[in-house]
Amino acid sequence: MELTIALSIGVLFSSGIWLILRPRSFQVITGLLLLSYAVNLFIFITGRLSVNKPPLIIQGEAVDPALYADPLPQALVLTAIVIGFATTALYLVVLLGSRGLTGTDHVDGKERDSEE
Amino acid sequence: MWHLITAPVLLPFLTALLIMLPPVHYSPMRRRWLSMISSAIQLVLVVILLLQVQQQGLIHYAVGNWQAPFGIILVADTLSVVMVCLTSFLALGAICYGSAGEDEKGSFFHPLFQFLLMGINGAFLTGDLFNLFVFFEVLLIASYGLLIHAGGKNKTKAAVHYVVLNLTGSAIFLFSLAVLYGTLGTLNITDMAVKVAALPAEDLMLVKAGGLMLMIVFALKAAVLPLQFWLPATYSSASAPVAALFAVMTKIGVYALLRVYSTIFGENAGPLAGMASDWLLPAGLATIALGAVGALASPDFRKLVANLVLVSVGTLVSLVALQTELSAAAALYYTVHSTLVTAALFLVADLIANQRGKAGDRLVSGRRVSQPILLGFIFMVGALTVAGLPPFSGFVGKLMILQSAVEPVSRILLWSLILLSSLMVIVALSRAGSTLFWRVSGTESGGGKAPPLQVFAVIWLLLASPLLTVFAGPLTTLSQQAAAQLYDTTTSRNSILGQYPVQESKP
Repeated sequence: MELTIALSIGVLFSSGIWLILRPRSFQVITGLLLLSYAVNLFIFITGRLSVNKPPLIIQGEAVDPALYADPLPQALVLTAIVIGFATTALYLVVLLGSRGLTGTDHVDGKERDSEE
Repeated sequence: MWHLITAPVLLPFLTALLIMLPPVHYSPMRRRWLSMISSAIQLVLVVILLLQVQQQGLIHYAVGNWQAPFGIILVADTLSVVMVCLTSFLALGAICYGSAGEDEKGSFFHPLFQFLLMGINGAFLTGDLFNLFVFFEVLLIASYGLLIHAGGKNKTKAAVHYVVLNLTGSAIFLFSLAVLYGTLGTLNITDMAVKVAALPAEDLMLVKAGGLMLMIVFALKAAVLPLQFWLPATYSSASAPVAALFAVMTKIGVYALLRVYSTIFGENAGPLAGMASDWLLPAGLATIALGAVGALASPDFRKLVANLVLVSVGTLVSLVALQTELSAAAALYYTVHSTLVTAALFLVADLIANQRGKAGDRLVSGRRVSQPILLGFIFMVGALTVAGLPPFSGFVGKLMILQSAVEPVSRILLWSLILLSSLMVIVALSRAGSTLFWRVSGTESGGGKAPPLQVFAVIWLLLASPLLTVFAGPLTTLSQQAAAQLYDTTTSRNSILGQYPVQESKP
């Protein structure tokens, strides 16, 4: 399981990096989305991988922490997902504005000379 | 009074919400007045908070009464409260300037401005790294909106780059937080320092990688050399009051660097102590050089001021890299001085551009300004201050910086670069000033007189410079106290984590 998760985060992250270095704003936004997926998965697994372990402890019982999952990464990843989603949506708006004002979807707002 | 520390975060937040409600939202005058009054109240409150911190030492506040290190805490020490004071002072000036008409060129200027303040104040006051990330996002989202305030092609183009860079920065920030949480098991800054001091050897490389990724993120926010390319374009295309408030945003990066690398990876961090200095010192020095060259090469006055921001960031980052109490004190004084004067210069640039007709703030001959004596005087004071000539605060700041470089190598590098860059800044500013005021064509002026509120805002910000000089004695003592408090990690640890005896490292 560790290898699968590690590989998928790696693939997501490297694809994201490649895409944000591309010139079209749509490619960039896809890249940013992949980056945030990779990050969210990565935060989630900092609580260690485990199966069938609840993150909540029933009050009053003395318990062994090893039987429970770390709840904090789950809370962190929730915050990160919400913020990442909101900022990406905001970038989409800026991108559309830029497309409308400059007439091109190149991130620099103009095509490179060689392509014209 | 115990809850006073939450005021710098809650007050702008509630003000922003109130401004968006119908009775206020539909009246430009009410929006302006509410925004200005709220910032004035905020300034008063943070000064009270500063006095309290001076009396009682470090104050911390457990949000929701969840005790540290389990819950999020807000920490007010002298350093963070001085930065919040600076932000409030600056914000009042910028809002006054914006209220003279700039705010009506787009919608939601005042709410976004207050949200930006909330983010900035929160970032200074938080004692938790993940919470720092959240406040960073709050201020960034507000800054995206403010950057494209009043619209236009240039602003949107600059915003696309700014947003992409900061989203990538946030991704790296989250990665480093996850690495640090995975190894240290906490994100409370004070608790992290304890955990790093007792770090098992096999986790050393992971924590180092996490810590250095954190450095990349803060260096991006602060605009240190290889990551500074976004700054001149962004700052020079933002509208004037926004650019003025942005002047404090780079300082948040510097503040975060200072906080993280003197508390978490400070003297007690064992093999990790001072790991960022090797990177930050050359990067900071190179930023100074680049900023000075950029100031000489700038085609317009706003770009010139943006490059002056780079010079100040480079100076501050080099000081952070020295990692001594003296350099931290010098950095604090210089931060207050340079933030206020660069913000004032952004406003001056706008005043001049409004009166020169088509030429704007480009350094070419244009129409004459309609208030040459007033603007000329303001420009001269601002230029003398930012270049670091006596009798203004830049001189005191530079003196403190030069004195704080004690080791021979850093002394040679810092002295030569700072003095040389000052000379280049003087040359660039004299060139800009003589072109803007003296190379005129025709006798007609290019625009009407500046509104009194805008002149007041500029004078409000520039007034800080003589005040910083007159009260240099108490202020240097204050910054030395702040630096001493920052490096006195034992006392802050006992006060924050006191009730929860810290476990020694796990086997």
